[in-house]
Amino acid sequence: MSHPQAKSITTVFKKVIIALSGLGLVGFVVVHLLGNLTLLRSDGSAFNAYAAKLEGLGGLLAVAEVGLLFVFLTHIGSTLTTKKRNLSARPVAYRQWKSKGGDTPSNSSSRNMAISGSLILIFLILHIWQFRFGPGMSQGYVATQGQEQIRDLYRLVVETLKNPLMAAFYSLVMVLLGLHLRHGIWSALQSLGLTRPRTLKPLRLAGAVIGVVLGVGFLMIPAWIYFGVSN
Amino acid sequence: MPKIKLNLEIWRQKNAKSTGAFEPYQLSDIDDDISFLEMLDLLNEKLIKEGKEPIEFDSDCREGICGSCGVIINGQAHGPLQATTTCQLYMRYFNDGDTIVVEPWRAKAFPVIRDLVVDRNAFDRIISSGGYISTKSGPHPDANTHLIPKPVADKAMDDATCIGCGACVAACPNASASLFTSAKISHLGHMPQGQPERSRRVFRMVRQMDLEGFGNCTNIGECRAACPKEISLDTIAQMRRDYLSALKE
Ligand code: HEM
Ligand code: FES
Repeated sequence: MSHPQAKSITTVFKKVIIALSGLGLVGFVVVHLLGNLTLLRSDGSAFNAYAAKLEGLGGLLAVAEVGLLFVFLTHIGSTLTTKKRNLSARPVAYRQWKSKGGDTPSNSSSRNMAISGSLILIFLILHIWQFRFGPGMSQGYVATQGQEQIRDLYRLVVETLKNPLMAAFYSLVMVLLGLHLRHGIWSALQSLGLTRPRTLKPLRLAGAVIGVVLGVGFLMIPAWIYFGVSN
Repeated sequence: MPKIKLNLEIWRQKNAKSTGAFEPYQLSDIDDDISFLEMLDLLNEKLIKEGKEPIEFDSDCREGICGSCGVIINGQAHGPLQATTTCQLYMRYFNDGDTIVVEPWRAKAFPVIRDLVVDRNAFDRIISSGGYISTKSGPHPDANTHLIPKPVADKAMDDATCIGCGACVAACPNASASLFTSAKISHLGHMPQGQPERSRRVFRMVRQMDLEGFGNCTNIGECRAACPKEISLDTIAQMRRDYLSALKE
């Protein structure tokens, strides 16, 4: 049976796109965090070696970067157009609006996904500009690994995060990431129809815990470097 | 019986085209055993005696089953109680001297007709797009010819309790109609008679919901808290499951 309606991107289908791209980004965030935990080794050699290994992947890294960019653009495009639709769905605002409470996922995370997401987006642009396109070996950021000379990305990270403004901004965004994912992980499962009457609440709790753990994990890095690393 | 006095701020709007505004009213001597709608009736009597236009609001059954009476009370759809319609909300939940702000449902798909009355025909159009069973189910079948597991029958019944009041849309920060639409889809989709049209139904109803200009669900769950019949959020997940399995056909 074919339905003419099946071809249009309905709101339900849009949420599937948002959920899949969001979960894709969660996968990236987990891998990124695991790699970044090498920053907690204070001499920096572990982090630089990890960064050099990624750099050494060459073409494979380029493919991964383009893929990741695609997932980000999909997520941002689908969420922001959804936000636009939702804003126009209530042209006259309530004079007063109050949550009805009860046992629901309604909280500061779920009601402010576009705000947390947009700040994460601003952060991403700065973050990529600072590190991916930041100073490298030719600007003197050189570390030695055995006989080889590699980019001293660790020094760049430490210099950046020793700046109190940067440390504060990075920390803020990591909190926002945790809040985004406190709702996001569970929400994606719900958008994909994977929750059942009996699993709804356990999955909501598990998603929130994983989201907060990821946020706290990332928050450790600027905090550790700002307060813990001597230079 | 305790009597209370209230300050009311009520949305007044002449017709769909005019811009409305809040008007302040004072009402005293309110018996706290009367319902919110009866309180509005008293205010209207007073207004009529003063030669003023009474406040228009919808109501019919006044026993929580028809779904026509919803308004926003102090920022909450159907007021502060859960699992309660406006007509079943009693004045004992308010205190002497309270200020109460009363607004109509607000959504692009629910235009205000007058004062607190909104046009909820968008819901009817969602139903007529597919919220029915057109197969003839024949005469009453003998007992136990169609075995239906109790949880399935219960789920169909739970979702069938939706009275289409629109509180889900009104409470949703996105003005989404997902709880209403999914309740109808899930109710019929859990019954044997509902199977032949199941895929067609979900496509058509979702499409109509979108055409009406409702927002998209972001799983916030205010709908669930405002629903007088406590329709569960997994109903929305059921709609998405139905949609995805219909896509595979
Ligand atoms: C590493 C970064 C990010 C991750 C891991 C992430 C993850 C997620 C996940 C899992 C969801 C839930 C999807 C669903 O409910 O179906 C979500 C929703 C959302 N994201 Fe992100 N996101 C990220 C970045 C962003 C950015 C940069 C933006 C903004 C431009 C953004 C805006 C949103 C919005 C507005 C929603 C709610 C949309 C909805 O539920 O319909 N996110 N995100
Ligand atoms: S008047 Fe019928 S539900 Fe309130």
